[in-house]
Amino acid sequence: MPRRLSHKDVAIVGLGWTGSILANELTDAGLEVMAIERGPWRNTATDYPPNYAQDELRYRIRHELFLRPSQTTFTFRNKMSETALPIRNWGAFMPPNGVGGGGVHWNAETWRFLPSDFVLRTHLTKRYGAHFLPADMTIQDWGVTYAELEPHYDRFEYLCGTCGQAGNLQGKILEGGNPFEGPRSRPYPNPPQTQPFSHTLFAQAARQLGYKPFPQPSGNLSQAYRNPLGVRQGQCSYCGFCEWFGCGNYSKASPQTTILPVLVRKPNFTARDQCEVTRINLDPSGRRATGVTFVDATGQEWEQPADVVLLCAYTIFNVQLLLLSNIGQPYDPLANRGVIGRNFTHQTISDVVSFFDPKKFIFNPFIASGAIGMCIDEFNGDNFDHGPHGFVGGGYMGQVQTNGRPIETTPVPPGTPKWGTKWKQAVKENYLSATKPGTGVHGSMYSYRDVYLDLDPSYKDRFGRPLVRITMDFHENELKQNRFLTDRFAEIFQAMGARQMDKQYRRAPYDIADYQTTHLCGGAIMGTDPKTSALNRYLQSWDVPNLFVIGANAFPQNAGYNPTGTVAALAYWSAEAIRSRYLKSPGPLVQA
Amino acid sequence: MGDGVRRRDVLTGAALALVSGAAARAGVIKGDLPWRPDAVSPPPRVEPGPWQFFTPEELPTIEALADRIIPPDPETPGGKDAGCVVFLDRQLAGAYGSAEGLYDRGPFIQGVEQQGPQSSKTPAQTYRAALQALDQYCRDGGGNGIPRGRRFAELAPNEQDEVLHGLEGGTVHLPGLEAKHFFITLVKDIQDGFFADPIYGGNRDMCAWKMIGFPGARYDYRDWVSRHNERYPLPPVSIGGRAEWTPRQR
Amino acid sequence: MFDRGRTSLLAMALLAGSFSACTPAVYGDGYRDRQNVDLVERGRYLVTLGDCTACHSDPTRADSPFGGGHAVPTPFGKLLAPNITPDPQTGIGKWTAQQFDDAVRRGRMPDGRRLYPAMPYPYFARMSADDVRAMRAYLDTVTPVHHAVVSDQLPFPLSIRAIMMVWNWLYYRPGEWQPRPDRSAAWNRGGYIVEGPGHCGACHTPKSFLGGDKRRHELQGYSLQGWFAPDLTGDPAHGLAAWSLQDIAEYLETGHNRFDAASGPMAEEVEHSSSGMTAPDLAAIATYLKSRESVSKAQTASPANSPVMLAGAAIYRDVCAGCHKIDGSGIPYLIPDLAGSAAVASREATSVLQVILHGAASAATREEPTGPQMPSYAWQLTDAQVAAVATYVRNSWGHATGAVPEPAVKRLRKSSQSRD
Repeated sequence: MPRRLSHKDVAIVGLGWTGSILANELTDAGLEVMAIERGPWRNTATDYPPNYAQDELRYRIRHELFLRPSQTTFTFRNKMSETALPIRNWGAFMPPNGVGGGGVHWNAETWRFLPSDFVLRTHLTKRYGAHFLPADMTIQDWGVTYAELEPHYDRFEYLCGTCGQAGNLQGKILEGGNPFEGPRSRPYPNPPQTQPFSHTLFAQAARQLGYKPFPQPSGNLSQAYRNPLGVRQGQCSYCGFCEWFGCGNYSKASPQTTILPVLVRKPNFTARDQCEVTRINLDPSGRRATGVTFVDATGQEWEQPADVVLLCAYTIFNVQLLLLSNIGQPYDPLANRGVIGRNFTHQTISDVVSFFDPKKFIFNPFIASGAIGMCIDEFNGDNFDHGPHGFVGGGYMGQVQTNGRPIETTPVPPGTPKWGTKWKQAVKENYLSATKPGTGVHGSMYSYRDVYLDLDPSYKDRFGRPLVRITMDFHENELKQNRFLTDRFAEIFQAMGARQMDKQYRRAPYDIADYQTTHLCGGAIMGTDPKTSALNRYLQSWDVPNLFVIGANAFPQNAGYNPTGTVAALAYWSAEAIRSRYLKSPGPLVQA
Repeated sequence: MGDGVRRRDVLTGAALALVSGAAARAGVIKGDLPWRPDAVSPPPRVEPGPWQFFTPEELPTIEALADRIIPPDPETPGGKDAGCVVFLDRQLAGAYGSAEGLYDRGPFIQGVEQQGPQSSKTPAQTYRAALQALDQYCRDGGGNGIPRGRRFAELAPNEQDEVLHGLEGGTVHLPGLEAKHFFITLVKDIQDGFFADPIYGGNRDMCAWKMIGFPGARYDYRDWVSRHNERYPLPPVSIGGRAEWTPRQR
Repeated sequence: MFDRGRTSLLAMALLAGSFSACTPAVYGDGYRDRQNVDLVERGRYLVTLGDCTACHSDPTRADSPFGGGHAVPTPFGKLLAPNITPDPQTGIGKWTAQQFDDAVRRGRMPDGRRLYPAMPYPYFARMSADDVRAMRAYLDTVTPVHHAVVSDQLPFPLSIRAIMMVWNWLYYRPGEWQPRPDRSAAWNRGGYIVEGPGHCGACHTPKSFLGGDKRRHELQGYSLQGWFAPDLTGDPAHGLAAWSLQDIAEYLETGHNRFDAASGPMAEEVEHSSSGMTAPDLAAIATYLKSRESVSKAQTASPANSPVMLAGAAIYRDVCAGCHKIDGSGIPYLIPDLAGSAAVASREATSVLQVILHGAASAATREEPTGPQMPSYAWQLTDAQVAAVATYVRNSWGHATGAVPEPAVKRLRKSSQSRD
């Protein structure tokens, strides 16, 4: 029997980036906010201090900061004709757990999407004709434009102290930045990080080939910074233990290092950790949320009544809660009807590992940060003419190598045995003179009719609730895109002087055991038409107006960039709509 | 006030009344960033001592395997002397061995390779079965001219390698096991132990890190990021320290 | 000043002589002016200056401030601070204004029992009668809390409050703060706060074994409960000589300055008290402190190539530099600058050892909300290693404080662990 807590104005499910941003905005508006986080409280000195954070086995191999599949997981299949099986141990992606969410372990690569990304169907149809797009590709316009989101991108970048070189300042193209980016209103708050050797050489080679390389926008700070909330961060020390790890010296932007010190101290904010929300409660009409039910660490069920519910629990968990709470019509891929679960996407990643003469090159790969790197954007989005190539989409590419951690990053040339004397020799010979960017080609994945989420018919979580079922495979469009991009990427390493290269194309079928970033998107997308979207352009549920679903679930398709910058911009955009319009007049913000 | 202990409670001892079991950890966060003294969760340090997982029967086999996966050479120890078997012993005796944290609900159905491992066996169970099966395979005379009656550790190194190539290539079958998958796991585990921080039992004296030139658990390269194409001069350090941390006795 | 031979407890008990200051009856009993909002606000501010909440509020009962029950540590044992809300049965609701003044400035309770100097009445004695009246006016407006507190918790014979007669005779000096005409208004205001409501010496002045101030060494630092409250004088080796007026004021107001971060008991002081002080008052305190000159005997720095310093340098480079940087300079307002840190420069290493062994959480204020925390290293470093790195830090970058002995590390390692 759930015990009832006292009423709050706002209940927020999940205290990661979006939860923290929304909580701070709405407490500023004077509301009583309760944030409910499934995982534990985390903070720098108590959870990832700089004297044991740099433990590759614990954090990279055993995934200590991440969700344990025993707490909950998903099932997976490539095709509808297959039986989905549980993801018993993470591989292709790693959902976070705990206060701070993915913001604790991310690389802090902080990108903006292109203006054309937000009006993708319109743009591509206009340029190439509707026939150019595969018939089963379900890409859509977002319902919001880059120009509308620009001030919110800016806000997030100044919250984090993002380090970069502006490429397009109010329409003026600046040398050294990304010439393809959408116009920004002002420069980055901090200068770019210093680039290590191989990253610098990559840029030189890219320039020789006629590209315009620029430093990757980084939430690992190049210098000490005080953000608009008064919270301070230090200077990144290039420790090489960034993604998968918490930052030990306050120099990686996270909710902990940018928002929580201010948020937690507000009298109108409360958080509960180790409490898992199991459903959103609705009134008898089914069109109004009355609050949420959650289970605490002792197994006790609680009810948190609230006037507004925000789902900030990460893409798939947001979708799962919608499905389990009977909000919105579940997507049926055969009938092509329904919205909850449709347009689910990931990323199309590949790498080129290159080997250089050890007598001439000492790369010191262990000196790096999470968002270090020199990138080119010539092959992203629609930045180039796709006509001759027969695919759409693209991605940035760069020498973005973040580490030289020996378990993960001891590359050997192709054909080297995987064990034995030759392996050992090759590891020793190549460690300091090889480059392994990691997510070197960071390509888009567009959406398709047969790539979607729903509830699994047989596997359950510890509460007996159905797991989310992922049906996903690559389509020829993305595989073509990736072959093209990977070949272009390899050419740059060739120009750098690599004497051997290992081109690791992305191949079908989609492999749940092979890590490809945790950039899962879609499933409860935003749009202008309730028949093809779950949320309106303010991320407000079409079905339940006092429910907002904030996360990458809103992306109708994924672009060729890391998603966090856009997720945060949408969070600020939605928060502004809630504060300036919804609170004054609760109800649908958009008439369907 | 948060569920974290207030600083002044350090003085008063009232702290301990608050810090007890689950109540202090899972709770309400309000007003303060949770904190209390000594609130860290350091890695468990492997101490030398009796074997916790491997039996006397299994040890020669696993040690021989470690030395084939990472053979010794004049400059760097092999898997056995680097402590990889100690590493694996502690890992299999712990959370890794019991597959703690993994989703273990049934039904267990074999799917396609892209659906990831679906075995109901834990790594501990798999190793037990595989080591025994491997020795039995060798005793049975594994084919290709390897004579009968000798267990894996008693074969010559080139014979051992042949068996391992067979496991890797799928030509050697171990009854009741996914032999190829076991071999991939074994290689990964031994290499993990080789390169992990020495506090976990392997990478003894940071020998693997010294082999490649990895400085270990260092955290500050601000003075080195602009020094391109120069060999980094400082010796590696483990989370457990290095010899220079302890003052030399006169 | 006094002969130690006279301090046996028997001798103290035999000493006759009641000690009760005669105070003219200034107040009408029972009169309360509840409409004097200025007086109440002045009182609220003075209660902030006095940091009454630090002892008289129980942190586990955040909804009943000043309700008492909090255990106050003393070198002799713990006391429970009384309930000073206006509750008539369990608080001070029935006290007259005179009784309140007697308690605050003279250490006497209405029934004649003497307060222990854990209640810093020897400092509050410097306050003016008007200020004490204002504090009472404010406390009168606090929500009454029904909470009975039995304060007496000390072991026999210290539980006999009558022995306080002797202690007071030795250490208590009555009399309000006398401004010095040859000094500025700011200096005088600063002196009033430091010597009076701020009671800085309660932690920062070294004490005799009876717990009384060593007056010759006022504000020159004192070790208590695992921390060393630093020397606040201008001592170039161990005090605040390197801190400007601005540095001191910033530290008190925000908990941070370009050098250092307030943690441990001082973080609480900042959060409850000095962060609520006005800018002129903070400047006044800084002015007063900067005027307190002292020069201690120079200590020799440990030589850089001694085995202990070499080991400490290696540990520092590998473990500490990630935050504090190779040159010790840290990040202003975030990570302390070890060269300019008062804790590092202190005569005793207690605070440095405390934060290394057990970690620390620094103050968070409106101006400086970050509240960075230092992790605990007790699990990672042996006693010899902690002593080595503490020695290195305390003898580099201009510091000269000598070697940190290993037994000091061992003691402090245990002290935070054995509770209850």
